[in-house]
Amino acid sequence: MIVETGHFALVLALALALVNAAVPLCGVVGRDQRLMAVAPSVALAGFFLVALAYAALTYAHVTSDFSLVNVVENSHSAKPLIYKITGVWGNHEGSMLLWVLILSLFAAAVAVGGRAMPVDLHAAVLAVQSWIAAAFLLFILLTSNPFARLANPPIEGQDLNPLLQDPGLAIHPPLLYLGYVGLSITFSFAAAALICGRIDAVWARLVRPWTLVAWIFLTLGIAMGSYWAYYTLGWGGFWFWDPVENASLMPWIAATALLHSATVMEKREALKVWTIFLAILAFSLSLIGTFIVRSGVLTSVHAFANDPRRGVFILAILVFFIGGSLLLFALRANALKPGGFFAPVSREGALVLNNLVLSTCCATVFVGTLYPLALEALTGEKISVGAPFYNLTFVPLFLPLCALMPIAQTLAWKRGDLLGSAQRLIFAFGCGLAVMLALFAWRGGPSISLVLAGLSIYLIIGSFADLATRILGRAATVKGHLFAHAFGLPRSAYGTALAHAGIGLSLLGLAATGWGAQKILAMKPGDVASVGPYDIVLQSIGPQTGPNYTATVAHMAIRAGGVEIGDVDPAVRFYPTRQVSRAEAGIKTIDFGQIYTGISDGDTPGSVNARLYWKPLVTCIWFGAVVMALGGLCSLSDRRLRIGVARRARKLAAAPQAAE
Amino acid sequence: MTRKRKRLALILSAFIVLGSGLGLVLYALRDNIVFFYGPSEVLAKDLSSGTRIRIGGLVEQGSLSHQGMTVHFTVTDGKHGIPVTYTGPLPDLFREGQGVVAEGVLDSSGMTASTILAKHDERYMPREVVDALKKAGRWQENAGTATGMGGGS
Repeated sequence: MIVETGHFALVLALALALVNAAVPLCGVVGRDQRLMAVAPSVALAGFFLVALAYAALTYAHVTSDFSLVNVVENSHSAKPLIYKITGVWGNHEGSMLLWVLILSLFAAAVAVGGRAMPVDLHAAVLAVQSWIAAAFLLFILLTSNPFARLANPPIEGQDLNPLLQDPGLAIHPPLLYLGYVGLSITFSFAAAALICGRIDAVWARLVRPWTLVAWIFLTLGIAMGSYWAYYTLGWGGFWFWDPVENASLMPWIAATALLHSATVMEKREALKVWTIFLAILAFSLSLIGTFIVRSGVLTSVHAFANDPRRGVFILAILVFFIGGSLLLFALRANALKPGGFFAPVSREGALVLNNLVLSTCCATVFVGTLYPLALEALTGEKISVGAPFYNLTFVPLFLPLCALMPIAQTLAWKRGDLLGSAQRLIFAFGCGLAVMLALFAWRGGPSISLVLAGLSIYLIIGSFADLATRILGRAATVKGHLFAHAFGLPRSAYGTALAHAGIGLSLLGLAATGWGAQKILAMKPGDVASVGPYDIVLQSIGPQTGPNYTATVAHMAIRAGGVEIGDVDPAVRFYPTRQVSRAEAGIKTIDFGQIYTGISDGDTPGSVNARLYWKPLVTCIWFGAVVMALGGLCSLSDRRLRIGVARRARKLAAAPQAAE
Repeated sequence: MTRKRKRLALILSAFIVLGSGLGLVLYALRDNIVFFYGPSEVLAKDLSSGTRIRIGGLVEQGSLSHQGMTVHFTVTDGKHGIPVTYTGPLPDLFREGQGVVAEGVLDSSGMTASTILAKHDERYMPREVVDALKKAGRWQENAGTATGMGGGS
């Protein structure tokens, strides 16, 4: 009964989405306040219905209701409760339901949090969001119904793919979806702005917090996914340039570019057309990502069992939204007046350069991801594009960008002083150089790692150069405590510094991979192997029984200079229901580095094949992403976004003519 | 600077950045892509030694042997087989009779692989492997498994 309620709620949500896709737009066109006022409450109701459907599916999974196809195929009564809950999105149908849940969550958030927005823009945003929701609800109901019943329910389910039975899965997809799908809001804002003809600084200021929210989650989601791949796939790689990873990287790059160009639009009323275009592009790339992942055109760990009808349906959604929005863009964009101009050497100029480089980076990833698909469709030739391609295209574009970031931060708006900026960065540059030389003398190592390490130190310190000069400059002219001056600076300045420093931190982690060590060998209990500065002793090999698996566990002690500093327990787990085994890495974090161990069954009884890695500073890679997200959060809490929006928008809503 | 010259500067820098991106992409596409073949295609194409390719097929039953950390096995599409040598960690789902994709360099005796990808999910085959098997006429659509190999799902 609960399952049918969920199914019914989903159908009802579709009906509401259709209503909300039409009525508020009629209101906008006919300037009818009553029709526009429908949007927020319908959006809220739609969210509750989808949430109800989601709760119903979760209930079915938790109670192991094997009359549902979805539960039979992806669950098992002995599966731990946590994986029964996370397993809801560990399959195609459930993950699409999560997609729509987050889509409607964002709509509800705008419905509640955007009350201070101009009424027509508010209604139009919610209407466009409903269009997307309607399309995906239709997709779920027609091709991927999670509530489909079985006539003859089996006694036991087929269990969840063991690779997905992991705490990482509990966090990674929802985070990523919050980012991915969160970009739908920027898309809706762009389309709404085009419909209402409100493309101005106020719009840029309104769209910025939503872009930031999506960007923060996307950053964390990508980092989490990378860490999950790092410890579950068993050989310690953290980024594979897998098409599915690229599918999340492309919207991230576009969203990053959007954040920067929206700043220019907000402060200087320039780059309007470009910003709108980026807002459309970012979500379009999310949609393309969904298509790549869900249509089964690619082989990947993320591809679930495939059905060609789904691919065609998503392709249709893709064409409709991307084509429709670009058509709207083409029809409306030329009505825009060009914005203010500025000197090439200025903050605006630097941000334009940032946008140019980021779009080019995004384009290289796009080519690398889709070229194999296009080539196969056209010639039947199968190729794979891997890390060497991206090392030659993405990396040479991205690294100079990192070098330019601190300079751009210190440039003034309108007209910058390149020499002055360079002077402020001398300290940071000197530190980078010193670290590089010190590392060379101390460790040697590959030159690319040395350069990367130097660059990252320069970037981390240089990110704060602007803040430091501003605080010291004030302290020299105005009386007051240094902290008071530091506190007086806008939080968005701190946000920028943190986000840029986060990239530096990630780069540092990447650089340090050059000083790592690895050893692959067969080990018996009592054997000792040294890896990097540590010795690893295999103490025992024993069996272990888990709730739905059996495992062989190797107990290893880590010693530094003869003193035991910790232990790891890498294991191979065997899941009888699906007849598959999975390696469980043993990881010990030492400072910012990690000892990473994995085992597989040995050739002779009583031994294991062990893979031992020492990865110095490896956690910096993901820690950097967390710092980036913190920077985003810091920016989000800026006064300008909290207070300015409501006040200015209300003023505008009261007297829209006066503002034009 | 005048408005016109500023616009020119913008367009010029756009061309430089996009142009260098395009150049890098074209250069990288020339040397850094890897072609995918089935075992029969490898033999038919008579590829020269030292070519870096990916091959896909099934791990032939009874062909797998370990020598310390080095493994030898044969990738087959049921008609022809290519012997593969590989040193390093094998994916969890690597087994005899299962689909596999190996990337490496061809030599006179077969392939020395640097990467082994097994299918990630027991519910389906890597699509490349299915296509390679179809080309060799060893794929039964409705059964969803290869014939005569004893493997599949």
